[in-house]
Amino acid sequence: MTLRTELRQFIVENFLLSRDESLLGDADSLTAQGILDSTGALELVAHLQERYGVTVQDEELHPDNLDSIDKIAAFIERKRG
Amino acid sequence: MIAVLRHRGPDGEHEYTSPLCALAHARLSIIDLETGTQPMANEDGSVWTTFNGEIFNYVELRTELQRLGHRFRTRSDTEVIVHAYEEYGERFVERLNGQFAIALWDTRRERLVLARDRVGIRPLFYARSGGRLLFASEIKAILAVAPQSAALDVHALAQIFTFWATVGSRTAFQGVNSLPPGHLLVVENGTERLERYWDWTFPARRTGANLSLEAAAEALRCLLTDAVRLQLRADVPVGAYLSGGLDSSGIAALARQTAGELRTFSITFDDAEYDEGRFQQQMAEHLGVRHAALRCTARDIGDAFPELIWHTESPVLRTAPVPLMLLARHVHAAGFKVVLTGEGADEVFGGYDLFKEGKIRRFWARQPGSEGRAALFSRLYPYLGRSPVTSRSFSRLFFGQRLEELDHPFYAHLTRWRTTQGIFRVLSPELRAQLQAVSPEEDLKAQLPADFAAWDDLARDQYVEVKTLLEGYLLSSQGDRPALAHAVESRLPYLDHRVVELVNGLSPRLKLRGLREKVLLKAALADVLPEPIVRRTKQPYRAPYSRCFFDDGQPLPYVKELLSASSLRRSGYFHPPAVERLVEKCQTGRALGEGDNMAFVGVLSTQLLHEHFVARRAIPVAAAGA
Repeated sequence: MTLRTELRQFIVENFLLSRDESLLGDADSLTAQGILDSTGALELVAHLQERYGVTVQDEELHPDNLDSIDKIAAFIERKRG
Repeated sequence: MIAVLRHRGPDGEHEYTSPLCALAHARLSIIDLETGTQPMANEDGSVWTTFNGEIFNYVELRTELQRLGHRFRTRSDTEVIVHAYEEYGERFVERLNGQFAIALWDTRRERLVLARDRVGIRPLFYARSGGRLLFASEIKAILAVAPQSAALDVHALAQIFTFWATVGSRTAFQGVNSLPPGHLLVVENGTERLERYWDWTFPARRTGANLSLEAAAEALRCLLTDAVRLQLRADVPVGAYLSGGLDSSGIAALARQTAGELRTFSITFDDAEYDEGRFQQQMAEHLGVRHAALRCTARDIGDAFPELIWHTESPVLRTAPVPLMLLARHVHAAGFKVVLTGEGADEVFGGYDLFKEGKIRRFWARQPGSEGRAALFSRLYPYLGRSPVTSRSFSRLFFGQRLEELDHPFYAHLTRWRTTQGIFRVLSPELRAQLQAVSPEEDLKAQLPADFAAWDDLARDQYVEVKTLLEGYLLSSQGDRPALAHAVESRLPYLDHRVVELVNGLSPRLKLRGLREKVLLKAALADVLPEPIVRRTKQPYRAPYSRCFFDDGQPLPYVKELLSASSLRRSGYFHPPAVERLVEKCQTGRALGEGDNMAFVGVLSTQLLHEHFVARRAIPVAAAGA
């Protein structure tokens, strides 16, 4: 399973409570969808840390890193080096 | 009909019947214990009434009416109603200072008048059935004789899943109406007339606009003292709730001054996140009152939730009413029928964080590029320190949505409502399809006063808050219903209409100054409260959420049953796979946010409502309702 598919599956199931992966495109903004509210962002970061073993620094909590599947995937790939 | 309302009035039941009209009453005797029995008539039996609540200024009204030649047989507040109607006609209601739901039958004119108090403290429902008009304090009495109305109104569900409340006269049940606060329904000659006699208004030209803080605080202090004096009127002991915050402490302090002795009651929680026991104790010691606290666990809440929904007759999205229902049981057992509470102060005096959030967004919208303005949110919500939203770039995305829509009537509320609407994720496809054409926002817009757009920002936000959360939730599901579930009448001095009218006429700067809330109330109460209580950061009353419904990681038996795929399919409101994912998230402690927790409580309460009133099945919990 690709990283993007895995992320999409997590976000669709955990936040949209669905299995319909067509609900979310790779470039869709998670804040505009109402997924990343204050606690949603916490849930997402906790998942990234646990599942991918990455440590997210405060200065990295930026929409450029977290606001879409594409951005999260790129962020994780960068972190993994 | 009356038998199912016995929990509201266990002290006796009486009826009046005539060929055209029948009135019944379940009594909670508080004033004139000997001769205050209802239904009650005037001298010649031509005007009859049954009512729930209190007319606080009945002593003054009685004197006024006696001077005008009316003769009284009792010392009750009820008798004032029939004589005031004789004297002033329908407009009698404008003379009343109280919290009431009144039915009045004029035998001569064959006219029925239903009246509800200005802010909607006591409930009153009505429905048409088989050529009859049925009315009662609770919907279950109507359903007892009109079972065809025992179906949930899906349009109402959409409103509740947005605002926590229905709008206008709609209720959660098809064909059952709520008489809106401040309204009369007059039925005469085969016609019905719904008339508003009072509303929250914020006059653009305010009489008290130039009043200084000191002068306004003095005027408010006098009025609040008088409101408390009137609301202490009873022939039984009156207690007070003490949450540990400013509002209830202020009422308890004024009551202690007026009454001398006072008993106070409160709730404490095992969970430190919700517990305010330390402040309650501090205030009780300061006042020198005898205080009793009821300790409430998450399990207590889970066990009593089915009983709560029997009383609310509406889905709810939070568990906070349950501890209040348990407290009422405790208060009743302690021999009290009446308590004063601090409810209403946040709406009247501008206490909610929501008002500050609206203020910051408007301030920011005038200079959207300003980093400093966007950063004000972290001052408003210090707990967000743990969250990425403290990052300014995220702040912009979270709080900056629809930032430019400054003229939107619901500018301050839209983000909150969107979180609540998270429950739409778990609706069944059929219900979603039915709700395609429903817009709760448009429903609410249709209820706004003509001059709403001319009011200042805070006034608009206050009005919307009053018409949704206060009227539809705080005064009902979290107010009247949990208290009267155990025959306890709550009295709300901050919602004395004279207080509301005074404060609505003042400058908004006397309420919210910068980001300091309730400036005027704090000034008015400064002399009667200890400084730490006045200066304390506002703590909203909350109770634990979805974890109340799990024991050792497993759902409580009734929860498991009602949220099973078969139960969900039978009732039809929710999509079983989506609910399953939501339950799993709550069960494993991964549901951190308000949205998921509200959705869980909303689904469970809707299922309970369906079981209680539509399917009429007993809930397998010892504590469940009648």
